[in-house]
Amino acid sequence: MQKMPNWADVVLVPVLSLVLAAIISAIVILAIGHNPIDALGIMVKGALGNSANVSYTLYYATNFIFTGLAVAVAYHARMFNIGGEGQAYIGGLGAALACLYIPWPHWTLALIGGGVAAAVFGAAWAAIPAYLQAKRGSHIVITTIMFNYMAYPLLNFLLNGPIKAGGMEPATPSFAEAMHLPNLSAILGAVGISFSDRGPANFALIIALLACVFVWALIWKTKLGYETRAFGESESAAKYAGIKPTKIIMIAMLISGGLAGMMAINNVMGEAERLVLNAVEGAGFIGIAVALMGRNHPVGILIAAILFGILYQGGAELSAELRIPREMVTVIQALVILFTGALDNMVRMPIEKLFVAFGRKGAN
Amino acid sequence: MDLLAFFDIAVLDGTVRLGVPLLLACLAGLFSERAGIFDIGLEGKMLISAFLAAGVSFTTGSVWLGLIAGIMASVVLSLLHGLASITFRGNQLISGVAINFFASGITVVAAQAWFGEGGRTPSLSGAARFESIQFPGALTRIRDIAKADLPMKVYSELLSGHTIIVYLCILIVPFVWWTLYRTRFGLRLRAVGENPGAVDTAGISVYRMRYSAVIICGVLCGLAGAYLSTGLQAGFVREMTAGRGYIALAALIFAKWRPWQALGATMLFGYLQALAIRPDILERAIGIRVQTQVLDALPYVLTVIVLAGFVGKAIPPRAGGEAYVKER
Repeated sequence: MQKMPNWADVVLVPVLSLVLAAIISAIVILAIGHNPIDALGIMVKGALGNSANVSYTLYYATNFIFTGLAVAVAYHARMFNIGGEGQAYIGGLGAALACLYIPWPHWTLALIGGGVAAAVFGAAWAAIPAYLQAKRGSHIVITTIMFNYMAYPLLNFLLNGPIKAGGMEPATPSFAEAMHLPNLSAILGAVGISFSDRGPANFALIIALLACVFVWALIWKTKLGYETRAFGESESAAKYAGIKPTKIIMIAMLISGGLAGMMAINNVMGEAERLVLNAVEGAGFIGIAVALMGRNHPVGILIAAILFGILYQGGAELSAELRIPREMVTVIQALVILFTGALDNMVRMPIEKLFVAFGRKGAN
Repeated sequence: MDLLAFFDIAVLDGTVRLGVPLLLACLAGLFSERAGIFDIGLEGKMLISAFLAAGVSFTTGSVWLGLIAGIMASVVLSLLHGLASITFRGNQLISGVAINFFASGITVVAAQAWFGEGGRTPSLSGAARFESIQFPGALTRIRDIAKADLPMKVYSELLSGHTIIVYLCILIVPFVWWTLYRTRFGLRLRAVGENPGAVDTAGISVYRMRYSAVIICGVLCGLAGAYLSTGLQAGFVREMTAGRGYIALAALIFAKWRPWQALGATMLFGYLQALAIRPDILERAIGIRVQTQVLDALPYVLTVIVLAGFVGKAIPPRAGGEAYVKER
């Protein structure tokens, strides 16, 4: 029985959850002695006020599109991949190795080479947890958390030793000039739109949008996607239909890890143009909030990623102007995960009841 | 090579100090997961308790008030987890993730608003901290301890000089074991994690059992967090739990959800942490320099090996992670 119309499920419930998250966030800001309306104004202005700010917002959004898609693809196979953070770290390593040790003559080739390396490294970091889940039933959540904690010491070791540039900082040398990806101002300039070149948004945004299309086609337009969703809905039914669980878990997790790894196109190749220790900055975790908020659909993820981009960039302004720490964004992120994810039923059940009640009246 | 260096008293002493918060958090997770509620929010609960314990201790000058405040904050987050995963049958893992992020953010935001020191509390001293308890006759000066003979070293450094929470911990493992395996409450708790339907049929409220388990989990996490900021260190700094909640979770799996084994696993991980801050001792013991990053990663590597089933199979409580829907 359809309890409520589709639009309520896709729009009403998420929006109400977000309103709840926003109310609690406002209470937190009030409690630390600031005016939430003012804070919102500063955030919006800081995120969208001029084209340099928009560039930062889009740069963060690009990261979150990759990690959000990563969580979503795994989620369709009912795998909860919390390892996006570690996979993005290792993806960054792959991109850096490809750009440091192969002299790509042009940025387009570097983009392909580095992007593939990032995806392969990210996927490899997801492969062991995926295999252990598929073959030995080790819980994917715990193993991916463990792999997050292994990624950091590994990079810490490499960036302080074998691939360290000279100087004090734990980072690799900069990539060669020819490999630098064009920034958004150059891309938009080519079609005659003027856009600030002071921001970090770059060609990776286009790759991220392509990734959205790829994931949409994969999940809803291919046999593999159909099998993945069938498996995610009911493992036993999928088995009866001849779908192999091992195959689905492995492929879904490899694609998921690959997408998380490809975030490196944006932050490592596009922005820093070298690998630094703290390259991912929690984007892997924000992907969880983005996927939940976007209901695991590429369109939803795109919207959610831009919203979180605004939050993230606006949060930076907030800390500069009101001295509210950037961690306020983490609080909002937590509330979004809580209300759209864990407390989903709290919002959903009353609305369902309402619709059922009104539906009966309509039938009479 | 000097294998005896592995048993350096200073490292063993560090094992106890660093193992205690892991043990408390691990036992917290044990109660929750044995009742069928997965809890990856141990980290967040410890963190918020560490913050509030330090903040209240500093403001009131009493570490006991701080401890109570820390435990209460942790229990509030536990109840939130309960609300999400028991009452509203939400995804327990997502709820845990949300709690961890919430604690990670709110502690820094609140600390900045409260003390204005960049997300930390001021240093604690005197009655605002758990002082170490010196046994009668124990040596306290490092130079004296270095010169003493072995039994005196063990007595002065390893046995003496810990805080009250550490000594309470010695009693806590047998107590948890007794509660779980020798009381009616413990039997019901374990049953509710394996077969909640049967417990319900026997006329016992599954919800009430699970909420009790979640509250106990909150109290123990609160104790662990308060120990971090008021016992082990003198004040709160951002992210001071540093993944201990996840290591405790790893230890819980390593211990296959049993209390005595949890003691062993947490002390092993505590030992690795203690060794990681003394690379000189490790170098003396095996003769070559080991990267500290290897030691940082080792607890997680070990856990994955255990999870992979190479050291016996770790089977979680059967009803773990599933919300119970009462038949009507």
